[in-house]
Amino acid sequence: MASEVILPKVDMDMATGKISKWFFSEGDTVRKGDVLFEIETDKAAMEIDAPADGILRDVKGGEGVDIPVGAAVAWIYGEGEAYTGAASPAPAALEAAPAPAAASPKAPSATVSAPGAQDGAVRATPLARRLARDNGIDLSGLAGSGPHGRVVAIDVTSAMTTAPVPVAVASTGPAAAAIPDAVRAPNDALKHFAEGSYELQPHSSMRRTIARRLVEAKSTVPHFYLTVDCRLDALMKLRAELNASAPIADGIASYKLSVNDMVIKAYALALAATPEANVSWTEEQLVRHRFVDIGVAVSVPGGLITPIVRQAQAKSLSAISNEMKDLAARAKAGRLKPEEYQGGTAAVSNLGMFGVRQFAAIINPPHATILAVGAGERRPVVDDTGELAVATVMSVTLSTDHRAVDGALGAELVGKLRAFIENPMSMLV
Amino acid sequence: MSSAYDLIIVGSGPGGYVAAIRAAQLGLRTAIVEREHLGGVCLNWGCIPTKALLRSAEILDHANHARRYGLRIDGTVTAEISEVVARSRGVSQRLNGGVGFLMKKNGIDVIWGEARLAKPGEIVVSAPAKPPMQPQNPVPKSTLGAGTYTARHIVLATGARPRALPGIEPDGRLIWTYFEAMVPKALPKSLLVMGSGAIGIEFASFYRSMGVEVTVVEVMERIMPVEDAEISTLARKALEKRGLTILTSARVTKVEKGADSITATIETADGKGRTITADRMISAIGVQGNIEGLGLEALGIATERGCIVADGYGRTNVAGLYAIGDVAGPPMLAHKAEHEGVICVEKIAGLENVHALDKDRIPGCTYCDPQVASVGLTEAKAREQGRDVRIGRFSFAANGKAIALGEDNGLVKTVFDNRTGALIGAHMVGAEVTELLQGFVVAMNLETTEQELMHTVFPHPTLSEAMKESVLDAYGQAINA
Repeated sequence: MASEVILPKVDMDMATGKISKWFFSEGDTVRKGDVLFEIETDKAAMEIDAPADGILRDVKGGEGVDIPVGAAVAWIYGEGEAYTGAASPAPAALEAAPAPAAASPKAPSATVSAPGAQDGAVRATPLARRLARDNGIDLSGLAGSGPHGRVVAIDVTSAMTTAPVPVAVASTGPAAAAIPDAVRAPNDALKHFAEGSYELQPHSSMRRTIARRLVEAKSTVPHFYLTVDCRLDALMKLRAELNASAPIADGIASYKLSVNDMVIKAYALALAATPEANVSWTEEQLVRHRFVDIGVAVSVPGGLITPIVRQAQAKSLSAISNEMKDLAARAKAGRLKPEEYQGGTAAVSNLGMFGVRQFAAIINPPHATILAVGAGERRPVVDDTGELAVATVMSVTLSTDHRAVDGALGAELVGKLRAFIENPMSMLV
Repeated sequence: MSSAYDLIIVGSGPGGYVAAIRAAQLGLRTAIVEREHLGGVCLNWGCIPTKALLRSAEILDHANHARRYGLRIDGTVTAEISEVVARSRGVSQRLNGGVGFLMKKNGIDVIWGEARLAKPGEIVVSAPAKPPMQPQNPVPKSTLGAGTYTARHIVLATGARPRALPGIEPDGRLIWTYFEAMVPKALPKSLLVMGSGAIGIEFASFYRSMGVEVTVVEVMERIMPVEDAEISTLARKALEKRGLTILTSARVTKVEKGADSITATIETADGKGRTITADRMISAIGVQGNIEGLGLEALGIATERGCIVADGYGRTNVAGLYAIGDVAGPPMLAHKAEHEGVICVEKIAGLENVHALDKDRIPGCTYCDPQVASVGLTEAKAREQGRDVRIGRFSFAANGKAIALGEDNGLVKTVFDNRTGALIGAHMVGAEVTELLQGFVVAMNLETTEQELMHTVFPHPTLSEAMKESVLDAYGQAINA
């Protein structure tokens, strides 16, 4: 029998959604778990899976059009099932025979829309009840996380966001193949732990996206790593001088550069000077970028996001600094627009503020490189005259996609980066 | 000497001592380390003794305004500052003794001294640098002293101390922190208060009631900058009416000390700048975590902006080490510390159903005249988050009880999420609002919507009726407006 494909609610504030891309078209054969289409919200792009095997029919949700949440955007007909033509099957026929649970996106565990059928018996807060009623969630299907198992608002909102998202696991490539069944994996892991010795936290959509992308990146991109030590004293001195001379307007300095801002600029300039490394690998061709767009990893509650400083090679330090402040603040508030964190040509991840000396980061495709920045710390060094001295030294590790950038090229890039950091005045000219 | 505990808590402020009692209730063998005074800043030098001072101020104000209520006082009412202070210290001393009693009653070992983490699970306590600080009662004989102590879990609850502005460091003589402001030997004629957070404003309010000429300088564009803008505007008007001078968007850039006064150079938004001479100055620009000397660096415990980084259950990045209260970051409030302490201990004890603290539901109270109290999101914050909001307002001027009390200057403002009806913020200014607020805090924690609040009967005549009216107003149904 045919399965309805609806536009799911992937974000609490969402009344309508836009399909940014269909991966299949009318008449294609799809398998359950294939990524059917991508929804774009203000926070993230979400991939939505096919709820069943079959032939895609009646594709109605056009790309870029606002569609109400819950509306049917296509139907999947079983192999050999009669397709009666463009008219949608009568809804009544569908509802008379409820699909096997997994077949319909409308009936995953927690979502049946008969409002308030058994709500009276469920312990739930007033707000949870209202949210459930407004969004067609059956409270009796939810495990309450409040006192005495009471269902609280967060239980309902997480059911709203997680229920229609069997997205994370299924995707193309080895990542998907390695984990055939989303449900079995955690259960297998759980048998190693005594009951009651843990609690289960549902994955947020951000966590799922991070997991999927990193598994994909680490298992498909051949990484290699180059570590260099950079003398930081000159950069620290310049930073102090620049900050001290920042124009004051309304009692507030017009900029306050961080070391990270300067590393972003240095890396952008190094990439601009090594254009062969400012690239993206695709199966068809190498993409050589004209501009350096640097993604900067920002830790946010429950995960991380990499807002992008566009054309960082051409921006002044103060512009980069102020832009980063704004991006980081909005990232933490969950207010970034997709175009502010999607794409980029390379990335910088800095854990120096946590005292990390050195680490290697995972490349975030379509980037070909990511620079992992450690702490600037006082270390003994042998200076030019062969004497032992103390200097502020920062170790950085460049992770490189070997498909696109070879060792010698990576070494050239990281060498230029070091030159900019150790002679920071060269960044100003 | 060595002793194996389940739990050692470093610091006996409201976070630490409450955590210790909860741990003892749960059967954990518990010790608490203190170097100055049981009960911490809160009940010795903070929340509690200021409330005692402000109570004297309130009674003095009532006496001065007795005529408004048809009463005549023959003769004058005079503040004897030494006695006002003595009463406040007595209040602290009584509670300090109470904490000592509670430790004993719950079988909690008190270790007197400065603690330093030697390694995970072990602290070294050395004799404190200072003698027990007034109003600490004599340290009981059963108290343990310097030595090495081990525990499976160690909770750092070392609190915070006043932050100093470089170049304008408090000197204890002319430039005070709350320590000196709490125990003035004599009243200054004039006072400059730098910072208009809860501490600055409460002292400004107290000294004004005592007849001191008070000027408040705030670097942000409004006083009590964390509060809702409307509330802070109303509070400012009321305080100015009481004779306070308030400068906002103003920064103290330099302080010159005279023999018995200070002269502060103040940079104002209009660029003109000015100088103010006052007998004394209070530096109340905030507090900073006590993270020094604990051995955090050696163990690699992560810190951020002068506070220890901890998760919703107080866990640091090092297993077995926890941080709660002020030292674990803002908001730096006693009740937040208490709650974090309980959560942390319950999690350690393996209780089920322990919930991380929701920082959006921590109430805040300022006990100036008029009082200010709030919980949840301000209107601006809610809009910043992109929420569709409904705002309710109700003035004390239309509340029968407020008028009867002669306290008709006040406002209750409520913020609802328009989509869900969830109460997401409540902000109040006026008489007794610090006691009223908790009604809204309970409502928020029970996740009530406007419906439940509208269906709740509020007693008449009370100030709390203004709370209900504010809810009704958000939905266009206010009765007395």
